[in-house]
Amino acid sequence: MTVRLLVPRLLAGCTAGQRELAIPLVGPGTVGAVLDTVAADHPVFDRRVRDETGALRRHVNVYVDGEDVRRLQHLATPVGPDAEVMVIQSVAGG
Amino acid sequence: MTTTLLAIGTRKGLWLATSDDRRTWTLSPPHFLMTEVPSIGIDTREGRARLMVGVRSEHFGPTVVHSDDLGQTWTEPDGGAIRFPADAGASVERIWQLQPDSADRPGVVWAGCEPISVWRSGDGGEHFELCRGLWDHPHRSDWGAGAGGSAAHTVIPGPEGTVHVAMSTGGVYRTRDGGASWQPRNAGISAYFLPGPAPEFGQCVHKIARDAADPRRLYAQNHHGVYRSDDDGDSWTSIAGGLPSDFGFVMLAHPRRAGTAWVVPLVADSERIPPGGELAVHRTDDTGATWRRSAAGLPAGEFNAVLRDAAAVDSADPVGVYLGTRGGAVYASADEGETFSQVADHLPDVLCVRAAVLP
Repeated sequence: MTVRLLVPRLLAGCTAGQRELAIPLVGPGTVGAVLDTVAADHPVFDRRVRDETGALRRHVNVYVDGEDVRRLQHLATPVGPDAEVMVIQSVAGG
Repeated sequence: MTTTLLAIGTRKGLWLATSDDRRTWTLSPPHFLMTEVPSIGIDTREGRARLMVGVRSEHFGPTVVHSDDLGQTWTEPDGGAIRFPADAGASVERIWQLQPDSADRPGVVWAGCEPISVWRSGDGGEHFELCRGLWDHPHRSDWGAGAGGSAAHTVIPGPEGTVHVAMSTGGVYRTRDGGASWQPRNAGISAYFLPGPAPEFGQCVHKIARDAADPRRLYAQNHHGVYRSDDDGDSWTSIAGGLPSDFGFVMLAHPRRAGTAWVVPLVADSERIPPGGELAVHRTDDTGATWRRSAAGLPAGEFNAVLRDAAAVDSADPVGVYLGTRGGAVYASADEGETFSQVADHLPDVLCVRAAVLP
């Protein structure tokens, strides 16, 4: 199956300028699996989104079909066929 | 004619200034705009100027990037420059220090980070490896956090495998085996914010500097207290007499001359402004026995602090001294801190400055 990953403008430089990626997944997918797949081709993108422990960075939000994964199962949140996974920075900074 | 590079790291980006006389400066547009730059290293040891910058995005985390063309292009390894190994169970929050080692150890660069950790690079700052000896130290669970975070903010390599680190809070630690083992070295340094006599460790040492002519002599600006050690950090004695205050963040040592150091006093922990609202540097030429105030060219009516790494010296003769304030003003002295001229104003809070004569 394939899911659609939406990349924030600030990270487009880490995905060769692409704001939208089609991510193929084998078998049941999770947000973590989506990020693992992206990391293979775009490791810098992954480092910007997840820290060394594998956790989502505190001020990065991920939505699956409009739902915040922190309100679901975090990186274990399932993604179905044709799901839309949106990565976006939170409101932070000054 | 020589050109001096002054790199200015702020809360919201990096600015590069260049000058042929260290009085008139050309300021670049910002690099990494909206990204915090708490650490800079300029490595001129191999006949070229490598700029290393610890950048930190509030959203996307920290990393180290480097440039060999004075900021025209920046490089970061795909796999990251500085990352905890998986078994450490931690992530780098901020790179506080990037310190090239001595000329006889080319390629070696040290980093100090938050959470409290020290790192060593053998490839000129492109990749850093965690110094396990300090990370696994039995004291680590007792180290605390200063107001700026819990960080190894100062790393000063010395001869024959000696490295001194200052951390907030924890104090000074020293290794003599290149980082394999570390011992606290805080005897004589106050920790007034803790009950009872000063402990073996737990001090909030803001900055340390090494006397270039006598590497066993160190200077420390503490969280109240200014000290000197003549025995490689084994013991410390106060040299605060003659200063208007013993609080501050800066400690600079002359890159060649014995006994010369500079501090930038602030009133107190509870009043972090220059005494009387007049920014000034204080210099000693006798290892802290006496101090002399210099304020020519620095502003009166200044109520911003100079942070621990927002001051630096270059290696020219006479030595240049540089300061940046949390109000975004940057000053340079071409005469060892006697007189200053303004390099920039109205930048974001200055977190660090580093200067070097370009090869």
